[in-house]
Amino acid sequence: MRRFHEWLIFIIMEYKYFIIRCIVMLQMCFSGIFFSINHAFAYQDTLDKIKSSGVITWGFDAEGGAPYVFRDSANPSKHIGFEVELVAAIARELGVKVRYFQNAWDSILLSLQRGDFDIALNGIEITPDREQSVLFTRPYYAYAEQIVVRDSDNRIHRLEDLRGKKVGTLYNTEAKRLLEAMGGIAVNIYSGQVEPFKDLLLNRIDAVFVDLPIAAYYTMPNPQLHMVGDPVGDGYYGIALRKEDASLADELNKIIEKLLRSGELKKIYSRWGLWNVAQEKLFLHEGILKNYAESPPSSSEKAPIVLTKFLPTLLKGALVTIGISILSMMLAVVLGLILTFMRLYGNTWLRMVSTAYIEIYRGTPLLIQLYILYYGLPSIGITLSAFVVAILGLGMNYAAYEAEIYRAGIQAIPKGQTEAALSLGMSGRLTLKRIILPQALRITIPPMTNDFIALFKDSSLISVIAITELTKSYGILAAASMDYFKLGIITALLYFGMSYPLSLYARKLEKKLKSHDRNL
Amino acid sequence: MIEICNLFKQYEHQPLFKDLHLVVEKGSVVAIIGPSGSGKSTLLRCMNGLEAFQKGYISVDDQRFCGVLERGYNKGQEGITIKNIRRKVGMVFQQFNLFPHMSVLHNITVAPIFVLGVDQAEAESNAISLLRKVHLMEKAGKYPVQLSGGEQQRVAVARALAMKPEAMLFDEPTSSLDPEMIEEVLLVVKELVSEGMTTIIATHEMGFARDVSTRVLFLDKGEIVEQGKPQEMFSNPQNDRTKAFLSRFMK
Ligand SMILES: Nc1ncnc2c1ncn2[C@@H]1O[C@H](COP(=O)(O)OP(=O)(O)OP(=O)(O)O)[C@@H](O)[C@H]1O
Ligand SMILES: [Mg+2]
Repeated sequence: MRRFHEWLIFIIMEYKYFIIRCIVMLQMCFSGIFFSINHAFAYQDTLDKIKSSGVITWGFDAEGGAPYVFRDSANPSKHIGFEVELVAAIARELGVKVRYFQNAWDSILLSLQRGDFDIALNGIEITPDREQSVLFTRPYYAYAEQIVVRDSDNRIHRLEDLRGKKVGTLYNTEAKRLLEAMGGIAVNIYSGQVEPFKDLLLNRIDAVFVDLPIAAYYTMPNPQLHMVGDPVGDGYYGIALRKEDASLADELNKIIEKLLRSGELKKIYSRWGLWNVAQEKLFLHEGILKNYAESPPSSSEKAPIVLTKFLPTLLKGALVTIGISILSMMLAVVLGLILTFMRLYGNTWLRMVSTAYIEIYRGTPLLIQLYILYYGLPSIGITLSAFVVAILGLGMNYAAYEAEIYRAGIQAIPKGQTEAALSLGMSGRLTLKRIILPQALRITIPPMTNDFIALFKDSSLISVIAITELTKSYGILAAASMDYFKLGIITALLYFGMSYPLSLYARKLEKKLKSHDRNL
Repeated sequence: MIEICNLFKQYEHQPLFKDLHLVVEKGSVVAIIGPSGSGKSTLLRCMNGLEAFQKGYISVDDQRFCGVLERGYNKGQEGITIKNIRRKVGMVFQQFNLFPHMSVLHNITVAPIFVLGVDQAEAESNAISLLRKVHLMEKAGKYPVQLSGGEQQRVAVARALAMKPEAMLFDEPTSSLDPEMIEEVLLVVKELVSEGMTTIIATHEMGFARDVSTRVLFLDKGEIVEQGKPQEMFSNPQNDRTKAFLSRFMK
């Protein structure tokens, strides 16, 4: 018995990672099976499912989601926001409990369609484009777009004044479309709502143009910011459902109507400073929805024009990607060489600095490094532009990898080469320059080319800091058209078309080098 | 011309030379023989400032080197001393160590141009005459990979001579060569010796050592066990270790 016990422990210790992986895979298989049963074989009306299970699953994004839904800073395990209260009221009316489902806002409608949750309610604007893929309930909030500027800035008073300025707005919103339709505005697109206000305070942009609730929430408590001009445009937030869930829509429409008439909605919105006269329009919802149905503005020119319409934007993004990749690689090469010299030929102190740099940069995620450079440095008084951060971030990160390549290259040169050079009376420096480096360079070119390809692909990470490169362009276009598939393939092809020739080149170089070594 | 005094050297607390003395006069030809691991290479490398040592000194003419080395080269006065010694004493290695990224001509001219400041045309014409001397005139434009081992070693000799040294150190110059190439390299060394070059050569070629050297030195376990004129050493060795070593070779 004791032996069996020991044997079991041995097996578990030896194969723990394998076992864990098996369990995870099994779990994935099972949930996959249940998922398909749910959605393919045994389709169940969502309303019935909610009622019978007593739970409604709500999809939202709490990341930078104030005042809609966000984490209470006093009690971070708790969600608060006007939409939290709204959903709670709806659930109460349905007689069910709420299950929270956190989902990135950009892909919230895709996840809804996939069946991850029952309703998507998170400041989702009712637009004709979206109505093609999901079903909206009657509106629960009437929003407008609001300009926010720095208090010290008196150049901007209304929408027209934004021309020629740098304006921050959010990914895939009405405000963004409005700005782009106006033209002549340098639009900076953010995926989180805190960041545009941060950049505004840092003078990186001149104004922020976003939905009123967001503008109000961030401006009110901050004396350095203020809202200018009247709210522009009018639109509505609706609850998004899957197309087939008409019965759920009916039920929710009734509940929204009830909450409106009872004054409960007004109470919730007032608590968040969001109630205004515009909300009176919510009572007229049939008229509003019909309005949209009668004048579908852009939907007619939507479907088949993917290439001609989207390619220029993607190509522009690709150009930015190439430019940033090349510049940051140049930085990486120069900095990498300096680090290598410090490490191989410097005194103890320089060696320590270089080693620490390399280990730290290789041991932390590039994404964190970018965030620190972009959003962290300003808090100690260093504010760099997004472009500079992109180059510095990628370049400084890859410098660590280049340094390792150069070190390996230099150390691969036989000691006899140095000794022969020294015995001829050459100085250490001359030996390095004339004998070691020229030989090391040949060895390092193939891995450097591979690194450049990796950097090129990693440059997609800089889409987090308001640079519209290829990946960001894809995200924007895909979110607008809901066509993640075709656009995704095209974007991937663009990346591939640029990186593949390089990797062919690297392979050729490697082969050439190998045949050379054989001759030796 | 070269004087080694009181030399003490250890590798990681393993003493190799305990108290070694050696004087090499100008124009003499010293052959160092001894079993593998006896310290032949190390002794030559010490003389060229490629190896640090703990006690004693090595002087070449008026330059005195006391054995402190930081990663192969020194700064300050020590550095200048080592460089001066290296300029006076050329070295040829067992593994040739030609620079693979340079042509034969460039291998020979690189040091004169960048160390001595000779202009390129002069360095090249000098290199050509050195190549003639080692019988490799036609290989000037080739790269080391395109040469046989014997040819590479002769280029290495020419490369060392290009610095116009007053003495030459050879560390088993023929040990990594195929038998048919050994003669061509030994011929070059012989010619050099006949011109009066001060030479120290570590070798396993006993016949060659007997023919060209003015003095033979038997080294064993870091110790000079016996030395003398070649005829006497080879025909009538005094020490038992020398006898044992030579008997293995004379078979
Ligand atoms: N870098 C080193 N670190 C430690 N020990 C070393 C080192 N180089 C040489 N030795 C030791 O010093 C001794 C002498 O080595 P050396 O290469 O000088 O011998 P050698 O006479 O040239 O031998 P061979 O005929 O094989 O070339 C050997 O015992 C060797 O193990
Ligand atoms: Mg040796």
